[in-house]
Amino acid sequence: MAEATVADAAVDPTALFEFLLRMGDNTLILGHRLSEWCGHAPALEEDIALANTALDLIGQTQLWLGLAGAVEGKGRSADDLAFLRDACEFRNLLLNERPNGDFGKTLMRQFLFDAWHHLFLNALRLSSDTRIAEIAGKASKEVSYHLERSRDLVIRLGDGTAESHGRMQGALDDLWPYTGEMFMNEASDAVLAAAGVAPEPAGLKTEWDALVGETLSEATLKEPAEGYMQKGGKRGIHTEHLGYILADMQFLQRAYPGATW
Amino acid sequence: MSSEWPLWEVFIRGQHGLNHRHVGSLHAPDAEMAINNARDVYTRRNEGVSIWVVRSSDIAASSPSEKGPLFEPSNAKVYRHPTFFDIPDEVGHM
Amino acid sequence: MYAQMVKTDAPRVKTLDEMDPQERSFQERIDQGQKIEPKEWMPEGYRKTLIRQISQHAHSEIVGQLPEGNWITRAPTLERKAILLAKVQDEAGHGLYLYCAAETLGISRDEMYEQLHSGKAKYSSIFNYPTLTWADIGAIGWLVDGAAIMNQVPLQRCSYGPYSRAMIRICKEESFHQRQGFDILMKMVKGTPAQKAMVQDALNRWWWPSLMMFGPSDDASVHSAQSMAWKIKQNSNDELRQKFVDQTVPQAEYLGLTIPDPKLEWNEEKGGYDFGEPDWNEFFEVLAGNGPCNAERLGARRKAWADGAWFRDGLTAYAEKQAARRAGNEAAAE
Repeated sequence: MAEATVADAAVDPTALFEFLLRMGDNTLILGHRLSEWCGHAPALEEDIALANTALDLIGQTQLWLGLAGAVEGKGRSADDLAFLRDACEFRNLLLNERPNGDFGKTLMRQFLFDAWHHLFLNALRLSSDTRIAEIAGKASKEVSYHLERSRDLVIRLGDGTAESHGRMQGALDDLWPYTGEMFMNEASDAVLAAAGVAPEPAGLKTEWDALVGETLSEATLKEPAEGYMQKGGKRGIHTEHLGYILADMQFLQRAYPGATW
Repeated sequence: MSSEWPLWEVFIRGQHGLNHRHVGSLHAPDAEMAINNARDVYTRRNEGVSIWVVRSSDIAASSPSEKGPLFEPSNAKVYRHPTFFDIPDEVGHM
Repeated sequence: MYAQMVKTDAPRVKTLDEMDPQERSFQERIDQGQKIEPKEWMPEGYRKTLIRQISQHAHSEIVGQLPEGNWITRAPTLERKAILLAKVQDEAGHGLYLYCAAETLGISRDEMYEQLHSGKAKYSSIFNYPTLTWADIGAIGWLVDGAAIMNQVPLQRCSYGPYSRAMIRICKEESFHQRQGFDILMKMVKGTPAQKAMVQDALNRWWWPSLMMFGPSDDASVHSAQSMAWKIKQNSNDELRQKFVDQTVPQAEYLGLTIPDPKLEWNEEKGGYDFGEPDWNEFFEVLAGNGPCNAERLGARRKAWADGAWFRDGLTAYAEKQAARRAGNEAAAE
């Protein structure tokens, strides 16, 4: 498994574990949501493209949760973490568990997350923990393409027909209150930032605002006013939707304890 | 009734520096999206390093009914192939 | 098969002498193993039959995404989830290749969708059965993909160039599908008694529908004879079914499973298995729309298409605006 590094000694393992769960749970839950589209997308070409994004995210989940299990040191595998934790132990952003809605809403959610994901992974490539830097290096290539695609589609649909514009604006307005959570610092974030493992979330907001603002303006969409931001995912306080996702996702592992598949 | 996205022909150059090769077609609203779609549809198994797309309606093709006049005359010009010439073994590789 | 009982419009197969010179030279080219390419002359019956067959095949691929797609969100491990998603994605890809092949014959993808959604075009009967347990995902890969491969491998040599090339690509990609199904089952039969029972139950439910995939005996069918003369079908339904049974029974034995057919018996003389007759009444009812999942499958496809209309139109509108802007900029620059 992953070798111990300098950061291991310097960083509180609990903080590191929490951080890795956040990364892995974000990709796990969003990948799950995207996979719900398989066979139901508006065009075959989009069906195939979205499945590629979902596959990337599932692959990243294996890496992040695999490392989380190693850091925790209790012998839990990526699968154990994905399939045998309850909702309150999940650390993903609330944004990623939002229901798919129409295809436009799915793409808007994807774009808002991709913009953050891309910036965050780029920063993680310089992590003092080489294991993290390595995963981020691989994932950031995949995510650059996710962002290119979701950004392009948001622009096209925003500036498409009156109907597509209306739907994209509606999606943006609905999802916007779930974006603030990306930039909220938790206590563990300061510890990780001090050790050079990961940047403080708040530090990425300026760049994210610029990237998103520029895209929305090209899409002729109106950025919602700053308002109340939902939070809780990073502390394990989720929306009702996560429970249903897990009921689906964990069904076999829960119904047949100890079975291998 | 809405109109269908146009059809594009996709050409991909593989890993080993060979020419772009026609791999199939797909639908997309414009060239930029056709390239993205081609990446997602036709390079799922690591097949390519470069993609060309051309609108199918923009391809000019030779007419199948002229296949005889177009291609058969070269059948007779066997001297264009190296195997036409007998080189004695003692000359060595040529 | 993925294309079942394709009609040819032929009252009977003509001999070379009965054909006019154009048709005769077409048939002679096919007899010599030459490929027919899109813009070449072809009998109208050949063109129509191919459209029926290829579009039915394509529809089967995309409707076929649904029963397996059911379990993507419930796959038991991250790796199984990724494998299943990649597999179902491949089916979308195969549908796409096949629609494109059919489009070279002068029909649009939208028209083919229209025929699917209205119920005019058919798709394989097998996808109207439900996937009730995870073992069904294994059984589909093993049996359904196994049966499909039987038919698809010879179709690589089909006389119509674009169809043949699509099949070559599909067969190359599909080689992992059957294996992943068998792999799921191998793991399960080595697992708990409950897992093993789940596998046997899946085989019990999928065995007969899999045999039906090949269609009823077509030895006396003029459509099959015509399709074979045109080399858009290579083997009779019974031949392929026999081959499938002979290949599958030892695999079932390896898994320690019982094939749910009391008549199944090795026939030394013919060097193959004797087996019972599927319930053809059920087959025709499923084709007529009365299978357990026909309404859901077609409903899901119609919904995806209808719900996606605004999306497709939005992208078209943007592409048109961009083209107009570009033209405007170029005009301004001149």
